[in-house]
Amino acid sequence: MAGTAVRRRLIWQLGTVVELVDETADARSIALELPDWAGHRPGQHVDVRLTADDGYQAQRSYSIASAPEDDHLVLTVERLPDGEVSPYLAGDLGVGDQLELRGPIGGYFVWDTGAGGPVQLFAGGSGVVPFRAMLRHRAAAKSTVPVRLLYSAKRLGDVIYRDELAAFDEVDVRFTLTREWPDDWDGYRRRLDPELVGEVAWPSAERPLVYICGPTGFVEAAAEAMVQLGHDPARIKTERFGPSGGG
Amino acid sequence: MSFVSRGFHGRRRPEDVDPSRIPPGQYVTTDFPVLSAGPTPHTALDRWTFEIDGEVDEPLSWSWSELQALPAETITVDIHCVTKWSKLDTSWRGVSIDTLLDGVDTTAEHVTATSDGGYTTNLPLEDVTGGKAWIAFEYGGEPLDPEHGGPARLLVPHLYFWKSAKWVRRLTLRLDDEPGFWESYGYHNYGDPWREQRYAGD
Repeated sequence: MAGTAVRRRLIWQLGTVVELVDETADARSIALELPDWAGHRPGQHVDVRLTADDGYQAQRSYSIASAPEDDHLVLTVERLPDGEVSPYLAGDLGVGDQLELRGPIGGYFVWDTGAGGPVQLFAGGSGVVPFRAMLRHRAAAKSTVPVRLLYSAKRLGDVIYRDELAAFDEVDVRFTLTREWPDDWDGYRRRLDPELVGEVAWPSAERPLVYICGPTGFVEAAAEAMVQLGHDPARIKTERFGPSGGG
Repeated sequence: MSFVSRGFHGRRRPEDVDPSRIPPGQYVTTDFPVLSAGPTPHTALDRWTFEIDGEVDEPLSWSWSELQALPAETITVDIHCVTKWSKLDTSWRGVSIDTLLDGVDTTAEHVTATSDGGYTTNLPLEDVTGGKAWIAFEYGGEPLDPEHGGPARLLVPHLYFWKSAKWVRRLTLRLDDEPGFWESYGYHNYGDPWREQRYAGD
């Protein structure tokens, strides 16, 4: 199970915010100019550290939303109602401000074109962020690896990168909305369950590489369904964030 | 540290939390986030065993009922996850590794914990002996939930919590250190939260 070891020491560095994009009412993408960035693999994350004027600091982890080929490192941060760091990143931070971070971190929940496919992605809420990095990398590398994405969100307005996801060539994107949906909604209208997974996912005979990212209940449901459908647990990679976690 | 995040004030710690209990870079949470790299395994208790192998004269093995018959301890400890959350006064019940290693003669200095699903983590042997580590099977007075590592997980609360391997099934005593799963992906080999040893080189 050993992967590419990241042995370089991870030093805190300062990036400059060059662009902010409001993806939804609660999620904002932050593009950073980072003079010393050594590159990353799609699916990796960074640690962000905020410092108040009296020296108080708070750290959190955020998935990287940009491909290694992109000009800037992009983080997409969803504002959590009780959060400490996310309301600052998705609200107060302005273009030209500096942001301290270190990374890239994690070498397991990654996919690049060398890993092959087919690829099955399951995103719950802002769990779609690392998949944007993978899909942008796939497009930049002109990869033809077939990808299916199931994206679960509470309501249509919470769907991040909706237009961009629809524009990727030969990526089969399906949505399920779990709380509210438009009258003419033609996607799924329920929480993910084994039947839904069976309808949208690659069959186990295709031996897909499976990536699941989202809140823990979503991840448990998707992983459990895939195992029940005969997929090898060793090919299922998960990344979870807690119910609140205070982010 | 001269850099200041413009306009950031922070929420600070709850006033009822003793700041000396919170390692650097951590925040206190009251829920129990779940983090694991793959699907949650479900091993039936009648097929569950716990083994100690490697640098021992004879490998040791316990069935679930044999483990339950050993003297158990109640442990109340603070736990610290490398993803920045800390949870205070968590209550566990489990069997001390000292109890399992009682009478075992070994020259090993390292140990690898192996879990259902193939997860591994490495520790110095002296960090799992001397009342510092347990095989825990209850949390908060209830059987340990599978999401949190049940039926049994390693509990090594003085290190970052990825060292407390969920779904643990085996301890392998070793003469040499062998990096485990996250340790091979750039996480710190030892993982002391008080020295903020999150990643290799910290």
